[in-house]
Amino acid sequence: MPVDIYLNVIVGGVLTGLVYGLMALGLSVIFGVMRVVNFAHGEMMTIAMYIAVALFSTFHLDPLVMLVPIAAVLFAFGYVLQAGLINNFITRPEYSQFLLLIAIAIIIVNTLLILFGPDSQNVQVSYAYDSFQLGPLIVDATKLHAGLTAVMVAVGLFAFFRLTRLGTAIRACADNYTGALVVGLDVKQLYALTFGIGAACVGAAGCMLLLIFDVTPSIGPAYTLLAFVIVIIGGMGSMPGAIVGGVLIGLTEAIAGLLFTPSAKSMFVFAILVLVLLARPQGILRSA
Amino acid sequence: MSALLAVAGVTKRFRGLIAVDRVTFEVPAGGIFAVIGPNGAGKTTLFNMIAGVFRPDSGTIDFAGEQIAGLSPDRICRRGISRTFQIVRPFPALKVEDNVTIGALLHRKSVPDARAHAREVLRRLDLYGKREQRASALTLPDRKRLEVARALATDPKLLLLDEVMAGLRPTETDRMVRILKELNDEGRLTILLIEHVMRAVMALATHVLVMHHGAAISEGSPGEVVRDPAVIDSYLGAETVV
Amino acid sequence: MIGRLTEGIRPRTLIILAALLAFFIVAPLFASDYLLTMLILIFYFAYTGQSWNIMMGFAGQLSLGHALYVGLGAYAAAALFVHFGMAPWLGLAVAVPISAAAGAFIGFLAFRFRVAGVYFAVLTIAVAEFTRIGFDHLQWTGASAGLFLPVAQYAHNDLWTLRGHPAMFYYVLLAATAFAFIACRAMLQSRMGYFWLAIREDEEAARSAGIDTFRYKMLAVVISAAMTSFAGVIYAFYYNNLFPEQVFNISQSILIILAPMVGGLGTLFGPILGAFVIETVAEAMRTLLQWFGVDLPGTNQLFFGVVLLFVVLAVPEGVWPWLSKRMGLMEREP
Repeated sequence: MPVDIYLNVIVGGVLTGLVYGLMALGLSVIFGVMRVVNFAHGEMMTIAMYIAVALFSTFHLDPLVMLVPIAAVLFAFGYVLQAGLINNFITRPEYSQFLLLIAIAIIIVNTLLILFGPDSQNVQVSYAYDSFQLGPLIVDATKLHAGLTAVMVAVGLFAFFRLTRLGTAIRACADNYTGALVVGLDVKQLYALTFGIGAACVGAAGCMLLLIFDVTPSIGPAYTLLAFVIVIIGGMGSMPGAIVGGVLIGLTEAIAGLLFTPSAKSMFVFAILVLVLLARPQGILRSA
Repeated sequence: MSALLAVAGVTKRFRGLIAVDRVTFEVPAGGIFAVIGPNGAGKTTLFNMIAGVFRPDSGTIDFAGEQIAGLSPDRICRRGISRTFQIVRPFPALKVEDNVTIGALLHRKSVPDARAHAREVLRRLDLYGKREQRASALTLPDRKRLEVARALATDPKLLLLDEVMAGLRPTETDRMVRILKELNDEGRLTILLIEHVMRAVMALATHVLVMHHGAAISEGSPGEVVRDPAVIDSYLGAETVV
Repeated sequence: MIGRLTEGIRPRTLIILAALLAFFIVAPLFASDYLLTMLILIFYFAYTGQSWNIMMGFAGQLSLGHALYVGLGAYAAAALFVHFGMAPWLGLAVAVPISAAAGAFIGFLAFRFRVAGVYFAVLTIAVAEFTRIGFDHLQWTGASAGLFLPVAQYAHNDLWTLRGHPAMFYYVLLAATAFAFIACRAMLQSRMGYFWLAIREDEEAARSAGIDTFRYKMLAVVISAAMTSFAGVIYAFYYNNLFPEQVFNISQSILIILAPMVGGLGTLFGPILGAFVIETVAEAMRTLLQWFGVDLPGTNQLFFGVVLLFVVLAVPEGVWPWLSKRMGLMEREP
């Protein structure tokens, strides 16, 4: 095989990986701040994807244009979910939280199934088959748009957590729960905000991913697992780790799909997970 | 008396910070040995090295004539060193009796035998009446004694007690002192304890080691140690008259 | 032995237990085919739930990948039957060690390298998914196109090759559930059981009490995997077809977990009661929806999710602890 095929696949993998990274970032932020593992993460993403499908099929609105309103809807969903249900489970044992989120995931999957049917759906944007040529490199327009948007959203999020008062307050909650209470932060409110932000992240990622992949109601659990694997590889609660992990997984999938068969690509993803768990259980970007 | 535990030149660093600095001492068989010192002096780190939680960076720990430094906590316990935790850690959802039975099962294959032994230990620690309660339902003094009971049920030769008196009222402290003294007298049990409550140290210990900033600064009988100017300066304070 | 097994259980509970067992032994004489199918499913999930409960409920190790052991057991026994005509009871001798070895592999990796909690759970899913994709490409077992057993002859029951009427499968699963119940109680009362509970409650304190936590966690995983494997063998011979996409699916793992979680984690009755609650609710939903003429895919599952949510919110410890408190039945405190 000529070298440029590899190059094309690598670039495509990295771009897809950036979107994966954004999806995992949502999970990482939620875990990092409130130590709750969102077992309905992929399912939440499918909500965003179906909203985007509906908007596209009825009004021909591009998912990337609709990214901000869709993320806002997911934010509201996450906020309400956390304030109404999950917050009561913060101090409960892990398995109890798990059961709650599994119930939420089952409800999401089947509501979508009832509303949209079991068939896979996608959006045919005007640039669906366009590509850019950079020297020997051919890059799909959809992947390029999706990947670059993911970077923009991620950068925005980093800035929010580093530069704004609210972001700093949320980080304070993550570092020291009691301390945050003592200095008078409204931890409950901040937790709900955090879950909203995590949901918005995965919602935005859903809009981008829809340009690259089809969506079915039952795809949620697979994305939940993928987000998990990425977060563990990058380091639970580490924001740059999620992006790095996402890119690594995107690359692995792309290369494995090229060298072996695309249906076996996940095997390589899990192999990497096992290696990382054994070598650095705390993840690539976290100190022991 | 021969030494049951011999710690020689033991050192532990955390990220360059020295927590325990070349500490050497010997605990004679049948004695009650106390380690005292201000917070952050390295007492618990020293304990954790003896109990197998940390491996010392250098130095040796001999127990009953064998090198134990670097062994895992369960191996060390099976050799006869049992410990309690500074912040008590009973098995919360289990009954008091089951907590102690688990300890007793270490050297007993049969559950009924272990349970019988556990009841005996519970009686000695004034917990027999509460054996059916969940550990999480106990008060702090009871939980402290439960920890001692669980450790004791493993039939140790050496008992490591990490601040078992902390948070107890004077009457409770006296009860614990009495129980430990009995165990030491009748059972020929050797005790190594970290303690802040000087009243308990003076009543119990045959020998005291004083630590400060990771190093041993004084050693001797309780009476000698409290008169040591170095100890008064660094720890007890000039006003302390025991 | 018998004396210790029944120690601490009230006579009242023992009588109820015996009556229940007698009831379920005669049930197939009266039950319709529909009801029998439902009971088979109930005891399947009761048994797998009991097996899973050993790992999580007793030893505190959260496995989200138990479909792996079901799938390996199912495929091993079915493939040996299809290719060599080996009877499933002989196939068990291969299937169970394979699942046990898979459990030992996961346990060894996790416990040696200190992979715990959520990380451990994800490792169990990952190995299950890895195996699923592997079987998707394994030609010897029909790859993703599936593995098919010769269709059952309902005319006569052959217990040796597990070909026959559903009632036969019912009795096999009922016996398995009863066996697992007694085995779980015996294990809980053993030295190993006490050590498991200690590890579940506080692993570091357990180590300080001299418990070789690696060894006992390994035992929990291996016993749980081996027991689950048997359910896989029954699964294969009951359904007569196997697809990696179905047997190894994450949703299979989650179904296995639901019964003990809903019924009461770490309790002996929990997995059985939970299986009854879950299946009854699911069936009631189905009937109700049919009655109203609603025929949308997913409606049934949606209500199921809502009921699950309700259970989590209303009886977080599980149905059994709640029920036993109200009925004055006793089980040894977990």
